[in-house]
Amino acid sequence: MWNKLIPGLLLAAATLPAHAALSVFACEPEWASLVSELGGDRVDVYTATSALQDPHHVQARPALIAHLRRADLAVCTGAELEIGWLPVVQRKAGNARMANGSPRLFFAAEQVQRLEVPQHVTRADGDVHASGNPHIQTDPRRIAQVANALAQRLAEIDPDGAATYRQRHQDFAARWSAAVQRWIQQGAVLKDKGWVVYHDQWVYLEDWLGLRRLGELEPKPGLPPTPTHLAELTEALRDHPPALIVRAAAMDPSAAQWLSGKLDVPAVELPFTVGGADAADDLFGLFDVTLKRLTEAVR
Amino acid sequence: MPSQIPQVNHLSAAFAWPPLARALGTLALTAPLFFPMSAEAASDADIAELKTLIKQMRSDYEQRISTLESRLVAAEKKVAAPEPVAVAPLPDVPPTPTPVARANAFNPAIGLVLNGTYRVFSDPAGGDIPGFPGGEEAGRAAEGFSLGESELSFAADVDDRFQGKLTFSLADNDGATSVELEEAFLTTTIADGARVQAGRFLSGIGYLNTQHTHADDFADRPLPYRMMLNGVYKDDGLGISWVAPTDTFLEIGGEYLRGGQYPAAGAGDRGKGAWTAHVKLGDDVGISNSWQAGLSYLDTRPIGRQTGTPGAEDSFSGDSRLWVADAVWKWAPNGDPSARNLELQGEYFWRDESGEFAPNGSAAIPYSGKQKGWYAQAVYQFMPQWRIGARTSALKADDPGAALAGTALDTQGHDPRDYSLMLDWSNSEFSRIRMQYTRDESRPVADDQWTLQYIMSLGAHGAHTY
Repeated sequence: MWNKLIPGLLLAAATLPAHAALSVFACEPEWASLVSELGGDRVDVYTATSALQDPHHVQARPALIAHLRRADLAVCTGAELEIGWLPVVQRKAGNARMANGSPRLFFAAEQVQRLEVPQHVTRADGDVHASGNPHIQTDPRRIAQVANALAQRLAEIDPDGAATYRQRHQDFAARWSAAVQRWIQQGAVLKDKGWVVYHDQWVYLEDWLGLRRLGELEPKPGLPPTPTHLAELTEALRDHPPALIVRAAAMDPSAAQWLSGKLDVPAVELPFTVGGADAADDLFGLFDVTLKRLTEAVR
Repeated sequence: MPSQIPQVNHLSAAFAWPPLARALGTLALTAPLFFPMSAEAASDADIAELKTLIKQMRSDYEQRISTLESRLVAAEKKVAAPEPVAVAPLPDVPPTPTPVARANAFNPAIGLVLNGTYRVFSDPAGGDIPGFPGGEEAGRAAEGFSLGESELSFAADVDDRFQGKLTFSLADNDGATSVELEEAFLTTTIADGARVQAGRFLSGIGYLNTQHTHADDFADRPLPYRMMLNGVYKDDGLGISWVAPTDTFLEIGGEYLRGGQYPAAGAGDRGKGAWTAHVKLGDDVGISNSWQAGLSYLDTRPIGRQTGTPGAEDSFSGDSRLWVADAVWKWAPNGDPSARNLELQGEYFWRDESGEFAPNGSAAIPYSGKQKGWYAQAVYQFMPQWRIGARTSALKADDPGAALAGTALDTQGHDPRDYSLMLDWSNSEFSRIRMQYTRDESRPVADDQWTLQYIMSLGAHGAHTY
């Protein structure tokens, strides 16, 4: 019996998944996807939020603390997107290598040009971000910039894998570049189209494709739509209706549907991040689905 | 992408690198020039000396070569970092403005919490809860319009290792403003997962104890918190906690404290009169649920702990031991609490005190007794901005015996209990307005209490704990 069992156990031990070199805590699914693209088997990624959650409003849950405690690298958006929970998780986790300012805290929004940086901030304007709009993942050009910086950061904190990260990054950048050219061609029909958004979270997509924002369903960023505001919006848009109304998968659909009925324009649900739609299972899928749904809606 | 520096076999570098090899060769050839002597005259000793010299020079150079080699390796590693790959250049957008650093750039973040209440009670008398001599915060809140406690806090990174926080609470007692130091502490991480707190801080025992009252779901704390911890236990000292490197959250912590605050008093054991220990466990269950449970212990040696009516206080000296078990369960569809969410929460208190109780000026009477308390609550956010909640809390104390009959420890055969319902509306995460009804049966005469409360958060507002 033992002569069978022992080789069996050895085989089982040998086939256990190899321990990844780097344990990564990704605050949002888009960065989890990017880390996997760049790190492959060298990284083990935990995603703190899903596409169905609003990363402004998750809680500092025990599971998040336990995972950040063991992480070698945290990849987050920054620009105050996670300010409601990340500081607490960081403090409670007591990860000695992740003090503020450590290179093991990677903030994507710090790697790109941010839009809508307010000159003056007051909470009377709602949930404003003093560092600018944080939702940078809706522009694939900015994702390419984040990928550059992230590949370098990975090589910096895991020098043994530098060659892997370089090679995987080159491969990703080539595929991404080709895809971006394809999406640009596909999205050309959207240029100068007017749209209404639920929350001001698409400014980088607007910047990239040349969409014009005619209004928001939220009266102030972060405040839920009110009947008064929707009525005013309907009145303002009646003569020059938008081509479409969009909301992220995590947002409540009722206000968008109501306005869609009033103005007789399509309401579109966009994935917003990886996992926000069935086919949006990675960064490529995210933009494939986004472009497909947008172009079908304006056709 | 080819690296800038040619690949070399490190072992053979010294010989493959022509300039170095040449230099070594030249040295060997010209060495005799520096030691002028004829070849015939060169004795064996001379040759030996020369050999040593050359050997020395060689080892010298080998050392330098190996230094160069290691620098080369380092340079290669640096170059191996990927180069930016240009993809569809961004159009000219004005760069993100960089704020100009001002003189106050390093000021701590300042947070302010404004709190105000309007209360109506059916029983005008109020009074003490029989069987539970409480601290000064334990009694019924002020009726009518009242400011309650306003909080002012400062927090910042001290440097790369330390963080500091200071919180004042300002209360108005019939025209006199009292300032209380709620928190004044530093924190630092000393090892992976291990944090140290020093100063005055909220003790890590229980669940509610670790959060500020402005984050509570009800306008007042449940009975066991009020009667056994005077609302919240905070003290001066040192705390350490460690988070285990596991997928399931596991935190173990302990504190060594002065023992100057209720339920401790008198800073016993020469200013080291209290210690605590706690363990907390928590995790997610699927995507929609999460939980946390904990067990805590507080051990104090109160000396002359004063309770009851000001001017006619009772006093207790002895040992006080408290166990607290807590559990929290939270649900939110797909883990997104912004539209709807449910929170269930409960804690159980078990206290054992023994020592001497001196009722208002009288001689001390030996006392030993146990008290229990618990609360359970559910808060449901049924639509954005709106929440409803229900809570009940209860206390039960041992009969202290005939010697203490008629004192504050005498339960009068009554088990305190209360039932609360609340409804609150939050315009944003920084403002909240709450209405609460409490059927308070903590005293023999039942009391119907109505509360209207606002909580406003200004400036920097620290993220809330779980």
